[in-house]
Amino acid sequence: MKKKRSLMQYICAAPHIFWAVLFIVLPLIIVLGYAFTDADGNFSFSNITSLTDYAPIFGLSLELAIIATAVCLFIGYPLAYFIAKAKPRTQKILIMLLMLPMWTNLLIRTYSIMAILDDGGFLNSLLNTSFHIVGTKGAVIFGMVYDFLPYMVLPIYTCISKIDKNMWEAAADLGCSPVTTLVKVIFPLSMSGIISGVTMVLVPSISTFYISQKLGGGTFELIGDTIERQFVTGALNVGAAISLVMMILILISIGIMNKFSDEDGGIIV
Amino acid sequence: MAKLIELKGISKSYDGEKVIDSMDLYIRDKEFITFLGPSGCGKTTTLRIIGGFETADEGQVYFDGVDISDVPAYKRQVNTVFQKYALFPHLNVYENIAFPLRIKKLPEDEIRTRVTDMLKMVALVGFENKSVSTLSGGQQQRVAIARALVSHPRVLLLDEPLGALDLKLRKDMQNELKSIQQAIGITFVYVTHDQEEALSMSDTVVVMADGEIQQIGTPTDIYNEPKNAFVADFIGESNIIDGVMLEDKRVKFASHVFDCVDGGYDKNEAVDVVIRPEDVDVVAPDKGMLQGQVTAVTFKGVHYEIIVDIKGFKWMIQSTDYVEPDAIIGLYIEPDAIHIMKKSKYSGMFGDYSSFSDEIDQLSDADAALEF
Repeated sequence: MKKKRSLMQYICAAPHIFWAVLFIVLPLIIVLGYAFTDADGNFSFSNITSLTDYAPIFGLSLELAIIATAVCLFIGYPLAYFIAKAKPRTQKILIMLLMLPMWTNLLIRTYSIMAILDDGGFLNSLLNTSFHIVGTKGAVIFGMVYDFLPYMVLPIYTCISKIDKNMWEAAADLGCSPVTTLVKVIFPLSMSGIISGVTMVLVPSISTFYISQKLGGGTFELIGDTIERQFVTGALNVGAAISLVMMILILISIGIMNKFSDEDGGIIV
Repeated sequence: MAKLIELKGISKSYDGEKVIDSMDLYIRDKEFITFLGPSGCGKTTTLRIIGGFETADEGQVYFDGVDISDVPAYKRQVNTVFQKYALFPHLNVYENIAFPLRIKKLPEDEIRTRVTDMLKMVALVGFENKSVSTLSGGQQQRVAIARALVSHPRVLLLDEPLGALDLKLRKDMQNELKSIQQAIGITFVYVTHDQEEALSMSDTVVVMADGEIQQIGTPTDIYNEPKNAFVADFIGESNIIDGVMLEDKRVKFASHVFDCVDGGYDKNEAVDVVIRPEDVDVVAPDKGMLQGQVTAVTFKGVHYEIIVDIKGFKWMIQSTDYVEPDAIIGLYIEPDAIHIMKKSKYSGMFGDYSSFSDEIDQLSDADAALEF
């Protein structure tokens, strides 16, 4: 459906278009430029071809991000369901509690976790133990789950709470026990929320560098760290190339997920 | 016919507001029963208590003699057609109808046979693979009916199922529902606020108001023998006049003594007299039992709707003959057109057409005229 836009609509959109061009489109073009040039500014594919060296890091990033996303979904879905089924007043309080950690800066939160879990940290001194947590994959995954869980819960919660109350009753009417209702009706109907939740957790988990630096204890590097290191050490071209590949991979995975949601009950009532 | 469902002393309140007040009711096997009443009368709540979506504060629900008050909805042998259909958007037409059978884990070929039968019954063959969101309101309605009937329930509950359809389609669906009910021979419990719908489809009508049953009866009983002013007014148009029962079969109203067919009242007992607009004949003033002045005439297609002022009380009369506004006419009423009711708490609240919309226009015009 094509509609002629009025001048007013253009005027309203202008600030954002200006912003987007200046701070999103232009930088992307610059990244693209760096990715396909060498240090002297000549056109080159060497950055892209050198990326094979980073394949293991890509793999590890993907592995940790997928595990963190799965854990978020596993914890987040029941939580979202619980909140959506609570009384309206309780819902507000629970959502506020869920958002509460987000009022604190991500870096500070990550630092605090590190302080708690560190070898000589709060947890170990409290229990008088010597667990080695920071520096393990588990700690990084924990950090990701802790930081990104709200991004999983919120879209699923929104989706479930939008499901027509009649759906529950219709399912019960047609013979579904509460558990069957959840599996056969509510879960498929909240698929679009799950897709957004997964996207919103997976993408920052793949590209995070701060969490892996602090909670990884410097023992392993994720792709975000690699990109950061390239830029900090002045290897702009390689950094740009990795970023570009990351972006393309993320776009592809979002595309796949959207397709999946269109086919499998992404229709929200 | 045997009692299938019985409600005993059912009460239900929301936030201290009584929606149903100690209701007793039974529903017979294989009948088409309709709960009829204005919004807020408790009809939908009653239906939801039978369906198991609400629990009564007091009282019991019996199904086939067994107390099912505490049985959850999914274990009851009743199915519901919801007001907004409540089809599952993630399933196509076929899978929506097959849904209850899959829950019961029936074999695939039986599911196919049953769903196909249902599709035939609701005339939706060829729609199997369509998404329910692409269907029209009437088609969605049919899917909802098929889905509710496919698992062969003993009772089908219908909560204003035709409310969202346009008039023509609603009439068609009324006939269709009635014939489906007769064909499969199960109990239909139907909720509506549309009196015409209730009269044309039901075996039994339960008229409800303020959380209480006002009258239970066949459509003809309800129409011809309303129990009180509420029922008389809610079912069709009625002139409800204060009268005095002089003796059996003699009633006085509008300063005139009429012969009637009702009896069994005390001597000089105050009563409500109901006269249906279509039962009044317009005659020459000198030949009428009553005389009045026409204040408004509205053409309604089949007939004219005439408002007549008789000694300050506005009557509504339906006549196929046109009369001039402001004309003086006579009214003739047959004895069997006069229906006598005992006084009730609804007396005096209904049946005077002074507040009829056309009249209100006139009144405000008169006020405007006075301002000059």
